[in-house]
Amino acid sequence: MADMLAFAEARGGELRKVALEAVTAARRAADATGGGSVAALLIGPPGIGNHAPELGRAGADRVLVVEHEALAHCLPEVFAATAAKVIGDGGFRAAFFSASAEGRDLAPRVAAKLKVSMAADITSFGFDGDAMTAMHPVYIGKAIVTERLTGAPAIVTLRPGAIDAVETAKPGTVEAISPAMDPASARVRVKETVEQKGATLDLGEAPVIVSGGRGLRAAENFKLVEELAAAFGNAAVGATRAVTDDGWRAPTDQIGQTGRMVSPDLYVAVGISGAVQHLAGMRTSRVIVAINKDKDAPIFKIADYGIVGDLFEVVPVLTEAVRRARGAKS
Amino acid sequence: MHIAVPIKRVPDTETRFTIAADGKSVDTTGLKYDMSDFDGYAVEVALQLAEKHEGSEVTVVSLGPDAVQETIRKALSMGATRGIQLKAADIPFDGFAIAQALASELREGNYDLILFGRNSTDSANGVVGTMTAELMDLPCVTAISELHIDGNRGTARRELEGAAEMVEFPLPAVLTIDEGIARPRLPGLKGIMAAKKKPIEVREAALGRPDLVIEKMALPPERSAGRIVGEGPGAVPELVRLLQTEAKVL
Ligand SMILES: Cc1cc2nc3c(=O)[nH]c(=O)nc-3n(C[C@H](O)[C@H](O)[C@H](O)COP(=O)(O)OP(=O)(O)OC[C@H]3O[C@@H](n4cnc5c(N)ncnc54)[C@H](O)[C@@H]3O)c2cc1C
Ligand SMILES: Nc1ncnc2c1ncn2[C@@H]1O[C@H](COP(=O)(O)O)[C@@H](O)[C@H]1O
Repeated sequence: MADMLAFAEARGGELRKVALEAVTAARRAADATGGGSVAALLIGPPGIGNHAPELGRAGADRVLVVEHEALAHCLPEVFAATAAKVIGDGGFRAAFFSASAEGRDLAPRVAAKLKVSMAADITSFGFDGDAMTAMHPVYIGKAIVTERLTGAPAIVTLRPGAIDAVETAKPGTVEAISPAMDPASARVRVKETVEQKGATLDLGEAPVIVSGGRGLRAAENFKLVEELAAAFGNAAVGATRAVTDDGWRAPTDQIGQTGRMVSPDLYVAVGISGAVQHLAGMRTSRVIVAINKDKDAPIFKIADYGIVGDLFEVVPVLTEAVRRARGAKS
Repeated sequence: MHIAVPIKRVPDTETRFTIAADGKSVDTTGLKYDMSDFDGYAVEVALQLAEKHEGSEVTVVSLGPDAVQETIRKALSMGATRGIQLKAADIPFDGFAIAQALASELREGNYDLILFGRNSTDSANGVVGTMTAELMDLPCVTAISELHIDGNRGTARRELEGAAEMVEFPLPAVLTIDEGIARPRLPGLKGIMAAKKKPIEVREAALGRPDLVIEKMALPPERSAGRIVGEGPGAVPELVRLLQTEAKVL
């Protein structure tokens, strides 16, 4: 029986989906070790504690809430100091963060403060005697390792989407705690948060991604990709490095080896050749569709369905057909 | 300004990997190696800063067997000032073990900036930079895609999912470099010649205990090639039908 901690990530006063994934993982871990208890750590501006019941329903027995006006965005020094104190004092067997931008930033700080090694970007896990075992993709997803992490507490980050958040029906108790460090003494400060224009759905969370490559020929032609994404209703827009390098899309839209790694239910590649560096970021998508005028383009080697043709002719027709198909359903 | 850039030697990712007989590593026969992607970006950022600030030095540090000298030499031929090899029989998988060795070396250097890659392309842990910063008790900003240095303060753009932050920090600091900031320059002939005369110091790595080890390595399931539904807009109805009835994603 071992107790687990989950770091519940929030942004803009709202919980992120990865928060529920972390709690679900911690619940599963506690149950796997014979039914320990699960605590969730939730840090944010005043009012963030209102989200505690959602964490309870995902499996947290206790929600530790830190509310502070200065913590509306993540100050890594304060968040990490607080998490390290909670984890160190609480006797937890393991602590689960998300391998999101914020989790990837915080977890190594926490591990180093606690003087333990950590396992990053894991897709599954288990316990084996005094070790935690986990799977983790290496070599840009071209191989997968099973790794053994000894030492306690075990700090891990979970690949977003690798674990489906589930709902139990327990509220969980709430405890208010204070930050372990005065936010005013943080050395690194956030001057400004830049919300990306038009980015409604995050690439990591969207069930459908429509991505465009150099085949689109110019920035303004990306409206074809945007319209197709809009027709799906639940899609985000991605791009290749050729496109982000030319400034047609923001660097954050880039998918691949040096961009985002995504795994949606459906990935539609429009005018993308399928370079290994691009495939590295999307090859684990459940269903892949490719539209390319070159029948020998490498993208067709991994696509489930392909249309060989001029995207400027195919995409508008597809957009209309998807719109109609979805209209007929609702 | 004195800038340090820890760089990792990694197998070229274009390679078709096979698993070695031990079942926990890749077969290294015939593998080509290079500097990890983001470390190339970091070296470039360091060189551009050094060019702007007179009297600057760029030191690259690589931990591993003697083969890492090749990677160090590449950075020197791009324009770095000097190299340090932290000698180890092999490169541990455990990022904390590496971070401890890097921290104990970098502590001695009095660097104004230490630039890491966001993550390495082989082990892909993305922890070494942040852990090193923590061990050195230095301010740290991760995954930055823009950087401005003004005296003893810096501003960086930090990428989050679907958003970004502009953050301010004091020097000395540790930064991890993300996509979008710079492309590594190609070493020219002059650079390659000059690099031959640049110093590489070699010291034993003070590695931490490896508590994270690989037990098994496997290749992911192959994705079987699908089918070409058809050519041109005429193929759209069939594609939509397949997405609805077969793939069930619409
Ligand atoms: C260190 C490193 C890291 C990298 N990281 C990444 C990464 O993270 N992500 C990434 O994407 N790339 C990355 N790359 C770049 C990668 O190697 C490729 O250059 C890039 O993915 C190519 O983008 P593309 O498919 O848009 O362009 P291209 O390869 O030029 O392909 C364009 C495609 O569009 C098709 N096309 C053209 N016109 C039409 C039309 N009218 N209708 C239909 N199809 C058409 C063409 O047939 C072609 O297949 C990296 C490279 C390096 C060296
Ligand atoms: N063996 C090494 N030698 C020098 N730097 C390293 C080494 N391993 C990792 N690094 C640095 O740490 C960064 C992150 O690595 P990782 O945590 O393995 O993803 C890399 O981009 C390098 O800047």
